[in-house]
Amino acid sequence: MSAPTLSPRKATRPRPGHSGPARRDSAREEFLRAVRRNISAHGFLIGAVLCFSLFSWYPMVREFILAFQKNEDGKTTWAGWSNLTYVFNDPAFWQAWRNTLLFTVLALLLGFLVPFVIAVVLNEFRHGQGYLRLLVYLPVMLPPVASVLLFKYFYDPGYGLFNRILAIFHLPEQQWLQDTTTSMLSVVIAATWMNMGGATLIYLAALQGIPGELYEAAELDGAGLLRKIWHVTIPQTRLILSLLLLMQIIATMQVFTEPFLLTNGAGPEGSTTTVVYLIYQYAFNFNNYGSAAALGLVLLVVLAGFSAVYVRLSRSSED
Amino acid sequence: MASNTLVSRRGSTARKSARRGNEGAADRSRQRTLISPAQLGRRRGKVFYWVVFALVMVLFTVVFLGPLYWMVTGGLKTTQEVVQSPPTAFPSSIHTENYKQAWTVMDLSRLLFNTLYYAFGALAFQLIFDVAAAYSLSKLRPVFGKVILGMMLATLMIPATVLVVPQYLTVLDVPVFQRNLVNSPWAIWLPSVTNAFNIFLLKRFFDSIPGELLDAAAMDGASPLRTLRSIVLPISRPILGVVSIFAVVGVWKDFLWPMLTLPDPNKQTLNVGIYSLASGVPENVLIAALTIASIPTLLIFLIFQRNIMSGLTAGGLKG
Repeated sequence: MSAPTLSPRKATRPRPGHSGPARRDSAREEFLRAVRRNISAHGFLIGAVLCFSLFSWYPMVREFILAFQKNEDGKTTWAGWSNLTYVFNDPAFWQAWRNTLLFTVLALLLGFLVPFVIAVVLNEFRHGQGYLRLLVYLPVMLPPVASVLLFKYFYDPGYGLFNRILAIFHLPEQQWLQDTTTSMLSVVIAATWMNMGGATLIYLAALQGIPGELYEAAELDGAGLLRKIWHVTIPQTRLILSLLLLMQIIATMQVFTEPFLLTNGAGPEGSTTTVVYLIYQYAFNFNNYGSAAALGLVLLVVLAGFSAVYVRLSRSSED
Repeated sequence: MASNTLVSRRGSTARKSARRGNEGAADRSRQRTLISPAQLGRRRGKVFYWVVFALVMVLFTVVFLGPLYWMVTGGLKTTQEVVQSPPTAFPSSIHTENYKQAWTVMDLSRLLFNTLYYAFGALAFQLIFDVAAAYSLSKLRPVFGKVILGMMLATLMIPATVLVVPQYLTVLDVPVFQRNLVNSPWAIWLPSVTNAFNIFLLKRFFDSIPGELLDAAAMDGASPLRTLRSIVLPISRPILGVVSIFAVVGVWKDFLWPMLTLPDPNKQTLNVGIYSLASGVPENVLIAALTIASIPTLLIFLIFQRNIMSGLTAGGLKG
């Protein structure tokens, strides 16, 4: 997309009450001033607009074009719907979606609920909140390679810490990442540890905005702990809860780095292949950009619904 | 509504006094949360509070600090001790030479320098282009400004992973300029500017700066650039700090993009370099390397934690 051209609106409406040449003079002066103002304003914009044009807006358009193109022996031809039908007929497609949905559901159970519970508990503390907040956010600051390789050691069936912990409680040892039944759960646990700090702190900020009188009123009505949570805490934070829920759905459905680093992407029998990993494979292992773009469009369509709801909700929060 | 407090929190960073007021409100509500002070005042309540508090302190320290402790001490163990079962809590003998070995064998100084170079370059580009764009959109209000802002914000709706393939193809052959940016720092710097969320955050902050202040400067004959430099930027220090920290940490944590665009081992970032060398070095040396790679962002976090936490709640609900 091209940068917008300079065409100052006819903002120089002639002022009533002025007459003859004087009026024309001031009109022209005003016009020139508007031009000058716009030149400098667009000058300030140009760097960002150029970057957006090259690395955001143009790739957006290109994504659509690529999905309907084929590239063979360096020649680009029109492919119609064939990329999409290829993607839908690939057995890996359905497996990747099943895995991604499994990841999303597990990540929401852990990554959505746990931070909320933690935030509710922390909010009751009158001591050590700073320290606890610091701890929860610490993993977010680690480079992903560090946290992921750390967890790889913890998951090791031989010398890993996790099997040690299970042994203390007399539970059977697990194969963790090496077993199709536990591989995805293992990825989710690591991903949750790495990422839940942000959500926890946002919940905590929301909880601190709840007026205390509401709890007092609920107590006068004889509400117990759980009823206070259900009738005061949750309704008072509902908007932020739902916004974060949507945000996490959108983010977790795009998961790539954690399974890629933990299980080299595919995992045992492809049990951790996600949709984005499949896009990566199409594009960078098979050099099949058309199918990668087509699968990208499918993901885009699935996520567009969530994005639309998110935008509506966050708009209503601004009123 | 909780939403209102969040919005007011966002706006409040603008003025110190407002922020203080807000903190005051938070303090007051902190005195009255889910559990009533009367309940806590009783002997049973007190005992219960301290038991839960102690449990949470221990649990959190183990869960969030434990892995870091294991990483730092794991780097001090011998190769046999790292992979022995059961694992040891303390290294039986201290081997600091692992850290030296990691530094030389994995060429960490180069990886560290590369990452710093990319991170601070991206920071410079974001500060210059995004601040200028936000200033223009907020205060200079050019023709088509609303359209441009809308198009920038629209990029937040497109899932980032969908654009990876077309963005990569763009970097391979940048349109108009006909450049191949693979293995060049520009491949990291320029796309980092397309951060619509930064622009949105900055614009919101600039919107809160009273127009009279800028009008007065313009009356004194200050150019827009001069006004930006001597009035807007000094006021905006808190938000600039937040944007800066997130820009640096963003590059530090990124994995997929640098892996694609910087295939040359001499130009890789810490994340990518350590990942590609991981299988070739002994475990204890690798763990030492992970520790070294984690230190910079952890230091940033410990120094700027206050700004990071406030920025998180200001920018928490990103789209």
